[in-house]
Amino acid sequence: MAEILFREAIKRGLAEALDNDPNVFIMGEDIGEYGGAYAVTDGFLKQYGPKRVIDTPISEAAFLGAGIGAAAGGLRPIVEFMSISFSLVAFDQIVNMAANLRYMSGGQISVPMLMRAPTGAGVQLGATHSQSFETWLADVPGMRCVCPSTPYDALGLIRTALKENNPVMFAEPALLYAMRGEVPDEYYEVPFGSANIQRAGDDVTLVSYGAGMRVLAAAADELAAKGVSAEVIDLRSLNPVDYDTLLTSIEKTNRALLLDTSRRKGGAMAEIASDLHERAMEWLDGPVVRIGAEDVPWPYNRGLEQEVYPQSSDVLAGLQKHYGI
Amino acid sequence: MADSINTSKQYLPDGLGPDDLLDMYRTMVLSRTLDERVWLLNRQGKAAIAASAQGHEAAQIATVRALDPSQDHFLIYYRQFTVMLGLGTTPVELLSGFLAKEGEPMSAARQFPLHGAHPRVDLFSFSNVVATQLPHAVGVALADKMRNSTAVTTVFFGDGAASQGDTHEAMNFAGVHRLPVIFLCENNRYAISVPLHKQMPVDSVASRASAYGFPGVSIDGTDMLGVYEAVSAAAARARAGDGPTLVEVNVERLLPHTTDDDHTRYRPEDDIAGMKLRDPLEITRDMLVSRGLLTLEQDAALRSAALKTVNEATDTVDAMPYPTVDTMYDHLFAEGGAR
Ligand SMILES: Cc1ncc(C[n+]2csc(CCOP(=O)(O)OP(=O)(O)O)c2C)c(N)n1
Ligand SMILES: [Mg+2]
Repeated sequence: MAEILFREAIKRGLAEALDNDPNVFIMGEDIGEYGGAYAVTDGFLKQYGPKRVIDTPISEAAFLGAGIGAAAGGLRPIVEFMSISFSLVAFDQIVNMAANLRYMSGGQISVPMLMRAPTGAGVQLGATHSQSFETWLADVPGMRCVCPSTPYDALGLIRTALKENNPVMFAEPALLYAMRGEVPDEYYEVPFGSANIQRAGDDVTLVSYGAGMRVLAAAADELAAKGVSAEVIDLRSLNPVDYDTLLTSIEKTNRALLLDTSRRKGGAMAEIASDLHERAMEWLDGPVVRIGAEDVPWPYNRGLEQEVYPQSSDVLAGLQKHYGI
Repeated sequence: MADSINTSKQYLPDGLGPDDLLDMYRTMVLSRTLDERVWLLNRQGKAAIAASAQGHEAAQIATVRALDPSQDHFLIYYRQFTVMLGLGTTPVELLSGFLAKEGEPMSAARQFPLHGAHPRVDLFSFSNVVATQLPHAVGVALADKMRNSTAVTTVFFGDGAASQGDTHEAMNFAGVHRLPVIFLCENNRYAISVPLHKQMPVDSVASRASAYGFPGVSIDGTDMLGVYEAVSAAAARARAGDGPTLVEVNVERLLPHTTDDDHTRYRPEDDIAGMKLRDPLEITRDMLVSRGLLTLEQDAALRSAALKTVNEATDTVDAMPYPTVDTMYDHLFAEGGAR
């Protein structure tokens, strides 16, 4: 066991793939000399050379599209976006192309491409740099979408992602890059579609992913102080979703709350809430509560941004309102 | 590089007098002083992020002066301190954007500094997804053409932004419709850490213009008068209905990409040493001194006046309140319905 940073966990997973498979290469903006906007690929250019670590022009549609072509041609590209917000420039290639190619070619072409992108708000980068589009991409058939909240999960999930034969969006919460956590020395993977019970409890099921897990951890502490025992679940994977873990927990607690650090409106959590209402109604003592960011573009001003961002106090207020706890 | 620049000592382009040169230099000095202050405010934890115009000042002020702010449109990007000052915005206004204070004129503290619009200046700026401003500029010019206006739209962008699809699509559209646009590329040879040769296989962005059916010129962006002439010519072309021009000004990015960056990690030492020799403030000062328009004493006085202005602006902005959280939903939708 060693303690490493979240960014180092991702880096380790990428390095393993580059070491073990000559078909793996990585491209994106400022990933070479600069080592990536969040230093994930620091040192890669020296170690693996410019053929496998490619600094691209600022042209997301081109390099994501090129990733598709390279994947279809037999390689395993890793494509880094500097921010998931900039993936919008390439959304046609991601949604219309990468995710659909397998189906549209009658199973002839697959796209084993890993897309990585920092995601999320909270660092005063304003409306165009603070979004969380994994919550949209979770909707898209033909691709996978995951988002870790600990160094352990980051390494375990990226190992799985690099074996996956379909396009994967691997969203990296920008707020977590400097987080420390234990990672075993022995090889392990975290499979897609397996949620993680970060904290067991009996009274309420709290669910989130990525940076939302920090808010839930604080909320669970505050609830414990009130004598409420929360079960805290990290989805880890937005597509596929591990409903078994969620349903088992709700059967026990009879209360559920979903938190998203992106806008409360729409997104993956709306879909999950709707499913839970259909599948867990008999156990629920009230509605599946949803907490998320306010319905505005992310403001630049820090005070406004923090107000838009969901807080643990919002979690407690939501439970009080809907379950009286 | 253009070879038509008249280097004779007292030569002045049409439309500029000695006082104009001094005034342009004064704006450059104010811009530099303000720029330095913003970095300091970042280091003090007051300004979340800043990009710098240091190295780009001469090109920016010359461009503004070659145009007619009373009718022309400007779509800036995030590095445009000197353009903003040249257009008449004040240090207090700009600093209040960096500190995200209430009443900040461009975005009401909603967006990055130097993004948004400005009430007194006919300007808007949404460039932090790079190159998005180029199609906007094409639309502004299209509207002018539809209204038979003689206004010219100038859109600023970096060499890195030139790689985006938006840039290609905007230039092609403007070329097809012969729109009154000046595409003003501030080529500082870097897109964050990525040097020019990894961004494009040609030496100059301007060389692409012919593919869109309009002229492109690549000039020394530390030469205030040369830029003034090139932009004046582009504006004349646009006003005459002859369509767009791509003007590439070759400048230095004297500071790292933003306050979050350290360019010694990726810029070779000789590159950094070379860039320092192309500081437009020094080049312009020397030009003014050699013409007898400025003494070093006057230069020092001018710099301390700029510092005083910036100190006062800092105090004023420090005392301004932040927006209150009850305004969170303000500005989301326009009032009123269909017209
Ligand atoms: C679509 C998009 N991709 C990436 C970025 C991140 N980014 C911000 S500025 C920048 C470099 C821009 O370089 P250039 O256009 O040369 O302008 P400069 O900053 O050098 O003046 C990059 C890659 C972005 N803002 N938007
Ligand atoms: Mg540049």
